[in-house]
Order: sequence, then structure tokens, then C-alpha cells
Amino acid sequence: MKIFVCIKQVPDTETKIKILPDSSGIDAATVKWVVNPYDEYAIEEAVKIKESLPGSVVTVITLGPKKRVADVLRTAIAMGADEGIIIDAPESLDPLSTAKALAATIKKEGEFDLILTGQAAIDDNASSVGPMVAQILSIPHSAVISKLTVTNESFLVEREVEGGNKEVVQMQGPALISATKGLNTPRYASLPGIMKAKKKVLKELDLNGLNLEKTLGTKFTHYRLPPEKPATKIISGDASTQVRELVRLLRDEAKAL
Amino acid sequence: MSKVLIFTEHQNGTLKRSALELLSFANKESLQISAILVGSHSHSVISELGSWGVTQIYQLNDTSFDQYNPELFDAAFFEVAQQATPNLILASSSSLGKDLFPRVSARLNFACASDCTHLEFNNGQIKATKPLYSGKCLADVQFETTPVVLMRANQLPVMEKPNKNSSPQITSIPAPSLDLKTVVKNIVKGTSQRLDLTEANIIVAGGRGVKGPENFKLLNDLADVLGATVGASRAVVDAGWVPHEMQVGQTGKTVAPTLYIAVGISGAIQHLAGMSGSKVIVAINSDPNAPIMQKATYGVVGDLFEILPKLTEEFKQVLAH
Repeated sequence: MKIFVCIKQVPDTETKIKILPDSSGIDAATVKWVVNPYDEYAIEEAVKIKESLPGSVVTVITLGPKKRVADVLRTAIAMGADEGIIIDAPESLDPLSTAKALAATIKKEGEFDLILTGQAAIDDNASSVGPMVAQILSIPHSAVISKLTVTNESFLVEREVEGGNKEVVQMQGPALISATKGLNTPRYASLPGIMKAKKKVLKELDLNGLNLEKTLGTKFTHYRLPPEKPATKIISGDASTQVRELVRLLRDEAKAL
Repeated sequence: MSKVLIFTEHQNGTLKRSALELLSFANKESLQISAILVGSHSHSVISELGSWGVTQIYQLNDTSFDQYNPELFDAAFFEVAQQATPNLILASSSSLGKDLFPRVSARLNFACASDCTHLEFNNGQIKATKPLYSGKCLADVQFETTPVVLMRANQLPVMEKPNKNSSPQITSIPAPSLDLKTVVKNIVKGTSQRLDLTEANIIVAGGRGVKGPENFKLLNDLADVLGATVGASRAVVDAGWVPHEMQVGQTGKTVAPTLYIAVGISGAIQHLAGMSGSKVIVAINSDPNAPIMQKATYGVVGDLFEILPKLTEEFKQVLAH
């Protein structure tokens, strides 16, 4: 089976975000970069499929400034992926431009059976690139998947929808699937894996070299920190007094009921 | 006049609050409103949409639309957009909205932004606000072509129904004949009949301080009285106390209810990021120095096992009046 995994480098969830003085973005210099947590489930699932279906090839693709984002490909290769492709591109490309670049790259690589990705990147939480890639490649997609079974050329998935409900969906491949928590437990890279990943030659493409038409999309401006909350009102007294006062404040002051 | 196309989601024939928010915005801005209405049981919504000033409804009432299928909906919504030629598309950033609209936008070459929290016209241009890094910062979204804005629930005010009684023109959109590669085999109903966390107006969430899965009953009791949805911190999800779809935080659900009651949650940075959009935050915790106390509107320092049952009783009494 030929599998592509689309992954993104994002700030670690521990990161305190600092805004650039001209509000044009966040200060990338102080950020610790990691593999998007949802993409780790996608990588793990691809490696698991490869282990159960010998002869499978897992190729990870990422897009961004090449010096920095190469790290996430090496992490994925250390976990067991075979090949890595970087699309060298400026910081924060919009979702549709990103999807077009990923789709064009996958198309160039030839036939495939499955594309895996995370259900959202925790930076812009857009959940957009996966379904967009599927549309551009004219293949079906199923998003927010917590269970995947591969059968003969079809994929049986469990998809999480609203209110804790789940849909059981069958798709004929090739297809795109986006992973969520619960799908698996991503492995830690082994030492031999890390050594192999260090030496691996990554394929580098340039965004401009893909000759895509210019996409009119979305642009983020005026980055700012959220407004400060007023100081916390601590409610004291014994439990009964606290409870009465809290309910009164919620009703009369905050008007939250 | 600007033409807006709104995807009006409904549940069993009642418009969702998120749909009313979008209709209110369109009325406030005096836009010409078309609506997409999905499902074979959607007839009762038509007059309701008329009283919200909708003049054109695209109805997807074939039974095949009763179950979401990305390929089928993609083709049908594309057809609607071709007919309606809107200057703006609005929908809720619901599970359905976030699955469908990126796909449709890619086909239309429209500019899609999901998870937006504010919307306004600025010199005739639409401008949205979007939280990034789970709300650790905000940015404005500018659209270089036709905007598709997916709004988070509970962000825009709902106005009093304008009772416009425009009898909307109805265009029925047939099911596209496609060789579908996707089949929904089965729906597994969740145990909870409550609203999804991302749509809930009130959330009661528990953390490690709750001490064990069996004690979530205390939170469920409180949630029942308030009509709230129950959430949880990552720590208790990872401990296996509750299912992971209940997780609030940067690697779980980002929520923005009117009222968020954090019970026994210390407030890791990832959790705070995921719920900081809440309008009013109550923290109930035994530790006055827990980080959540800094973020809360109201802090109650004490034993949650003593406080929660009393709080449930008090709400019961107050809400009965």
C-alpha cells in the first residue's frame, strides 16, 4: 500500500505566545516547534498499516520554511516512515494554497492508496487542509477518525460527530482520512530509528517550482493577545454561604443564567 | 445590496441557536438572505426562515440528504452556490460545517475561515476575528475573494425575531447522481443526549480533583439542573475516567460557552487556552494558588465534594422561580 501522511510543524502546547511588535504574526524565535499532536496519530497509523501489510511505503510531506520544518519529517521517519518531502514555502500559507501545493506534490509522486493527516493543526485549528486536498484530488475523505480498519481496497472508519455520536463509514480507496485522539498511541522513536532519520536524504521541492496558479485566500492580520480578564472575585465563607453568594453573583451580576 | 447565503442548521425541525445567530447578523446588516435547508423533515422550518427575512431557500429534501455524506453534500452545496451567486457564505463552525465547507470552498475557489468568533463589515469588507493557538492570541481575517465564514456558536447575539413574513421562494435541489465512494454503514449513538461541548451554553468540567470516574455523577447532577454539557481536563481523559470527546483544551475541544464551571481543575496552559473564550468562568478548587484561579471570574476555594451537591440544590431552587 502506498501511503502519504501530511504533517505540520506547530508550536509546542506549552508555548507562551509572544506577538511581534508590528502585530504581523507571532515571534517564532522563542517558540519550541513540534509535530502537530493530531498528526502523530496519522503517522502512527500509517506505520502500523505498513507493519501489517509488508511492501507498503509511507511518505511524509510537510510545507514551510525548509530549515525549520525538516525536523518534523525526521521525527516521522524515526517513528518508522520511509520517505520525506519538504515543500519549501513561507511561514503561514493559507489553507487553500497549502492544500493545492500538497495535492500537486502527491499527484506528481504517482499512484497512492491512502492519505492520512491530523484532524486539525493546533495552531489555527482550521480542520480545512485535509478535506481541501481530498476535493482537489477528487477522492473521498472522512474526518475526525478514531478507528480505522483496512480491508481489500476499502477503509472502514469510525468518525466522531456531535454529542459523542459516531458514524461507521466505509470508503473505497484511494481516500483521505484525518486522525483524532483515540485512534492509537503514537510510539516513541527508537534509537536506531533516530540514527536512520538523521542520515535520511529528504526530497526538497520549492513552492514556486510547483507552478500553481495564485490562490486568493485568507490573510491573518493584527495579531494581538486576548483582552485581560478583570481580577478574580474570591468568594469566601463556609460552603453554604459560598454557594448562595456564587449563585446570586451569577444571576444578578454576571447575568449568566 | 450584498447577498448572503446561510447554511441554516436545524435539529428535528427547530433552527439551532447558531443558525439564529447568523440570521440575526444578516438582518442587522440588512443583507439579502438566501438559506440552505437540508433534510426531508425540514418543512416546518420554512415559515420560520421567512419570518427571519429569508427570501430564497435552497432545499435539499431528498431522503439521501438525511445522512451526511461529504461527497454528496459537496456536489449539492456547489450547485447551490452556483445558483445563488452569493457575496458571502455563512455557516456554523460545527462538526458538519468544518467537514463540508473547506471541501466546497476548494471547489469554488472561495476563501474559507473556520472557527471565527467575531464578524463585522468594515467599509463594505467583511472582517472576521479568529483565535489562534487555542485562543492564546487573536487575529483579524481578511478575505481576498468571496468569504466563507464558519462562526463558532454562542458568539454573535440573537436578536428578537423580526417577523418579516417574506414568503421565501423555494428551489428544490435534487440529489446529484454520483458514483459515491463513501457509504455510512451505521450510527452509534453516544450515551449523552446533551449539546456538543462546542455548542453548549453552559459547561461543567471536571479535573483530577474529582478523584475518580464515579464522582463525575456530582458533575452530571449539576449539569442536569443547568442544562449544561459535561467536559473534562486532559489528565482525567488520559487516566481513562471519561471518553476523550469530553476533553477541553488545546488538544481537545476549544469551547466558548456563556458559563464555564471548572471543578477540581488546576488549569494547565493547554486547558486554559481551550476554555479562555468563555464569558464567565467559575473555578471550584481546594488550592487557592491553582492557575485556574487567576483566569476565573469567580473563585470558590473549598472542598468540591461539599460544595457541588449544595450548588446543585441552590440552582434547582433559584431556577424553579
